[in-house]
This record gives sequence, C-alpha cells and structure tokens, in this order.
Amino acid sequence: MMRHTISVLVNNQPGVLQRVSGLFGRRGYNIESITVGESEELGLSRMVIVTTGDENTLEQISKQLYKLIDVIKVVDLSANPMVARELALIKVNAEPAARPEILGIVETFRAAVVDIGPNSLIVQVVGDSDKIDAMVELLRPYGIRELSRTGATAMTRGSVR
Amino acid sequence: MNVETQQPKRSKEELMEKLRQPDHITGSEILLRSLLLEGVDCVFGYPGGAVLYIYDAMHGFSDFNHLLTRHEQGAIHAADGYARSTGKVGVCIATSGPGATNLVTGIATAYMDSVPLVVITGNVATNFIGTDAFQEADITGITMPITKHSYLVRDVNDLPRIIHEAFHIANSGRKGPVLIDIPKDVSAQKTIFEPVTGVSIRGYNPTVQPNKLQVDKLLKAIEEAERPVIIAGGGVVYADASEELIEFVNKTRIPITTTLLGLSGFPSAHELWLGMPGMHGTYAANTAIQNADLIISIGSRFDDRVTMRLDGFAPNVKKIAHIDVDPAEIGKNVKTDIPVVGDVKAVLEFANTKAKPAKSEAWIAQVQKNAAEFPLRYNDNNDELKPQFVIEMISETTGGEAIVTTDVGQHQMWAAQFYRFKNPRSLVTSGGLGTMGFGFPSAIGAQLGNPDKLVVSINGDGGVQMCAQELAICAINNIPVKVVIINNQVLGMVRQWQEIIYENRYSHIDLAGSPDFVKLAEAYGVKGLRATTKEEARKAWKEAMETPGPVVIDFVVPKGENVFPMVKAGDTISDMLMGDAE
Repeated sequence: MMRHTISVLVNNQPGVLQRVSGLFGRRGYNIESITVGESEELGLSRMVIVTTGDENTLEQISKQLYKLIDVIKVVDLSANPMVARELALIKVNAEPAARPEILGIVETFRAAVVDIGPNSLIVQVVGDSDKIDAMVELLRPYGIRELSRTGATAMTRGSVR
Repeated sequence: MNVETQQPKRSKEELMEKLRQPDHITGSEILLRSLLLEGVDCVFGYPGGAVLYIYDAMHGFSDFNHLLTRHEQGAIHAADGYARSTGKVGVCIATSGPGATNLVTGIATAYMDSVPLVVITGNVATNFIGTDAFQEADITGITMPITKHSYLVRDVNDLPRIIHEAFHIANSGRKGPVLIDIPKDVSAQKTIFEPVTGVSIRGYNPTVQPNKLQVDKLLKAIEEAERPVIIAGGGVVYADASEELIEFVNKTRIPITTTLLGLSGFPSAHELWLGMPGMHGTYAANTAIQNADLIISIGSRFDDRVTMRLDGFAPNVKKIAHIDVDPAEIGKNVKTDIPVVGDVKAVLEFANTKAKPAKSEAWIAQVQKNAAEFPLRYNDNNDELKPQFVIEMISETTGGEAIVTTDVGQHQMWAAQFYRFKNPRSLVTSGGLGTMGFGFPSAIGAQLGNPDKLVVSINGDGGVQMCAQELAICAINNIPVKVVIINNQVLGMVRQWQEIIYENRYSHIDLAGSPDFVKLAEAYGVKGLRATTKEEARKAWKEAMETPGPVVIDFVVPKGENVFPMVKAGDTISDMLMGDAE
C-alpha cells in the first residue's frame, strides 16, 4: 500500500468538505489526513488529502473526485518531488528544573515555545510527519498533556504542475 | 367555476415571450417560470408547509401542469418514468422533512440508473435551518451520495441560475438526479427575475467527442478479433444512439448482448442479438462472453449482475474495450485495454465512418447455433397460465410497440427475457437499485410523456402494493395505463432464492392477505379484470386493450415457477442453472 498526497482544488461552497470526505468514506478509500484552506484564487479552496492505496485505487479516487461538480482540479502531488508540512502544538509537562532540557530539544528541532505556564510549555513544531513524530517521541518522557496535529498541507517543488 | 378555466388560452410562443420578460416576482414564481422556460410540461408533486408559497404560485396558473400523486414516492418514480421514456428531464416537488425523505428511494433509483431528474424540495426558513425545526431534514446532506449534484438555495437571486444549472447538469454527461432545496422564506422573497441563458460551470465539462486515436485502436482490435462480443447498456438508450449501434453492429459483424437497461436500445429481432447477459441472461449471451477474445462494452458499466464473479468473467478475452461518457466507470470493475471516453452516440458516429468487419463469421455461426439450441423456454404443456405466457402474449399483441414499465422481481426478468423490444426507450425498469414499487408509478410518468402510446406496466403482486395508491390519479386524470399484475401470491424472486440457495427454507414470502386486485381497482374507479387460464388471459387482455382508460388485469399464475437460466451469486456466468432446459 502506497501513501499518496493529493491536492484537490474545489469551489468554496457550503458542504464541499462533506462531499469530498463522504465520497472517501462510502467508497472505502482511506483518509490519513485532510487539510483545507483558501487557495491563491478567491472562491476556491485547496484540500490536501493524504491517503493510502495502490495505483488503481488512486486512479479511481481521482476519477471519482472529478465527478463532483465542485471539484475543479485533482493533482497527485506525490507523483513529483513535493514539499509537505504539518504543524503540531504539544503541551508538555515542564517544571522549571526540566525546562532547559526541553528548550534544548526545541532548539535542535528548530521548533518554538509559544506559551509558558507555571509547570507546562506549549511547543509548536512545523515539518514533515517524520520530524513531528520524532519531536513527539522526544517530548513524551516529560509527559505530554495535550497534542494537536494539523495533517499535511503540500505542494510540488519548482514549476512542476 | 374553476378558476383555471377563466384564463384566456395562449399559444406556447406567447407564453414563453411573457415568461422571458423581466419581472419583480417571488422565488416561487421564479421557480415556476424557470421550469416552463426549461421546457417542462409536467411536474409531479405533493404539497406541504414548506412549499406552500410554491403551491400558492401554482393556484390558477393553468400553464403549469402539476399532477398530485398520493405519495411522494409515486411522484418521483413517475418523474423517473417520464424522463426514461421521453429523454427529457423529469421534475418532482415535495415538501421539507418527511416529504423530502420520502423521495430518497426514488432519487437513489434514478442515480443508479443515470436518469436525469430535477428534484425540488422545500425546507424550513433559513433562520430555522439547523435548529431541528418542525419538519426539518438535512435533505442535501441525506442525498449527497445519491445525487449528481445538489443545491441549498440561500439567496433568491441565485434561484434562476441554480435552476438552469440543475437542468444542464442533470441532462448532460452521465445523466443523473439533481436536488434543489428551497427554504420557505426564499420561496417567498421577491426579486427581479431575468431568465438565465447559457451556463458555465467551472470544473464540469463532460467529454462528448472521443479521442480519435483510441477509436482507431478499437477499430483495429475489431478487425483482428475472431470472437468479438458487444455488451451494450443503458448508455446507448440515454445517448439516443440506437441507430448508430445498429449500423455499428451491421458494419463490424459483432454479436451483441444487451443488459437489462440496454434492452430497448437494440432490436430483439436482429440476427446478431443474443439476448441479455448475466444472472438471468441467455445461454447464448453468457457463453459468448465467456469465449470471446474481444469484449466491447458500450454504455454499460460491468455491473455485478452482468459479470457475476469477476475472477471468472470472460476468461478467454484478450482485449476489453470500454466506451463510456463517465471516465470513472472505465477500469472501476474490470481492467480495460482500450478506454474510450465520450458520448456513445458521438463515439459510434465517428467509429461508423471507418468501421470494418471482424473475422467473425465462424464465430457468428457458433453463437447462433448456441442460441438455437438453448433458447429461453418454459414448461408450457398444460392449460395452466404461466407468467412467461402472459409476457409473450403482451409482446405479440402489442407488436413491441408499447412502452413497458416493470417492477422488480421475477416478472421483471420474464419481461426482460420474453418481451421482444423494438424501439428505444420502450423499457422502463429499475436496474441498478432494484426498487420495488417503481413499476406502476413510473408507467404514469411514461404515459404522460407519451400520451399517444400504449403504456403497459408489468408488476408482481408484491411490488404493486408498494405504490398501489396511485391508481387514484389514473382514475381521476384518465391516464390509460394497463396495469398487469403477475400474481403468484408470493414474493417470487425471494421464494426462488430460498428454494435454490437456501434449500427450500421458505421464510416470510407468503403474500396471503393481499387485496382482491379487481376490487382494489374498482375501489379507485378503475376497471379491474382477472384471468386464471390461458383462454381467460387472452380474453381479459383483449378487453383491456379495447378499454380506453386505465385497467388493472390480475393474472393469477402458479407460485412455483422459477426464472431460468440463473447464475447463483458467487458463481461465474459459465455456471448457469438451465431449469427446464437442462
């Protein structure tokens, strides 16, 4: 089973996320993550969906997506060199004595501390999934109170379309 | 005096001219005007709270033809029958909540069979949406998987564009139902109405003309093929491509099998026609597919009722070509070597310009021998009235000129097997969803769309009871549908499966307690007839044909009859049970 990252340009209409996610659900396609936001063009949104499946499944996903009237363009980003990023906020236990160690990890990962509480920190990390997984593993021994990840957003490198 | 008769009659041109004038009117009036401008001549519906402004706008508007059914399911199946038999878009209207949810089965039926419908539902006022208000249902959400597209109208100014787009989407590309949900306040708001012409929907550009290189590949494969077979489906009928298909078959000399939805798309009398393939297909059709070296699917989607077990489907095939307007169908179930995306009519028109025959004469002799040795047959030794006999009688007396609608079950398969089809759009049947209750109301729509044709609705005693209440609208509107009931007093297809697959363990199939169908018809003011022998059957059918209005004919048949050939679920189409023919 291959992992694929698909970019879907859609009309920014109410219910469009439901149409897309519903299609995946009822046809038995997997969604590892889905992110949605505005695109470069007013009125259009871009969804980035990470899914798994063989080549036939990927082809069907693309064809079925194109059947939705609100879907304008579907691109298999992972067919070309691409940049994929996700963001995570990690609230980690941090008594004052433990903070220097944690800050050391944060600095190494080029992450950032975005909030400091009496005995906790919120760490913000941006990167590909592996980097975030690694960061989470390193912070786990200190006690992670809360973790929130966005799922990947992505685009192909350079001028490949 | 009826208000409607007070309006002076005007010509269609005068009416259209008036409707095109910009005017300050309500959303409801915009809807009615837009529907007329789209060429809609009959709407099926049922009023309720959320669509009262719409129904109020209809009051006294004699140019708008609305038929009040007795259940929303009747309305949408009627719209469906209208659409399938005419090629135009069927329209139905229902209120919010239960009215809208009663349409769900009909929407799914149309979606599975690619039937163009515009379904109008009312909804609670916009400020109540999402509050679980009285008779509120999220019908756009509920129907998302079973519509081609849907709209929830939030601004009355969008209404003209949305209606125009809905008709365009429903009736282009791969056709299908489009839902427009109109909140009550939107139907009441006034705005300046200017008719919309032209449509531009970014992201929706169905491919009509095929890639010519792909068609050339197909033609080359045909010339090389020794054992080619065409599987033609509903797409041929919907694209109005019957003539092109006949020309293609004559030029290429390829034996052809038509799926349930494709049956009327090719004349049964043609020498190269092998019958229907699949679960209840003919020996000749299934054997031809299993031995073919080239299969060409034309407007057919390799449904599991056709292919049965996929890993045993067409084991000798070297190439599969697939012509379909919906690219997502190509490669969905069966690996395709030559994909041709495009409108079936356009593809065949282009292919016919240079099609050459396959090397198929020996093959044709072989498949024709199979057809002669294993024809469809049934045990017709005694005077017992057999269901197949009834279908043959209808087929002969109508000369294949009637429009036949069927419900779902054994009678549907017998109609598919024993009725000889001649003209496209002369079979209206629920293929994909297999919807019981479809047969009779769809005939009402077919009759309204084809007032000069004979419409025969063939039903079982089970399915006819799912929408029998629509006899009322046949009676009061004198809609002359001939309602045939093949009455075997059981759920026949279920009984057949329980006999063959579940070892005679008959569970809850006895329809004892069904009404006396003659009296039921009479209770609605419709003529009712009954036949229990062949002679009575001929007499009753003759009387029905000679009766100008609607007639219900109850053909009482034995309950033990089965549909053969039959391929059991999980078997390949080589594994046909032949029944009496074995």
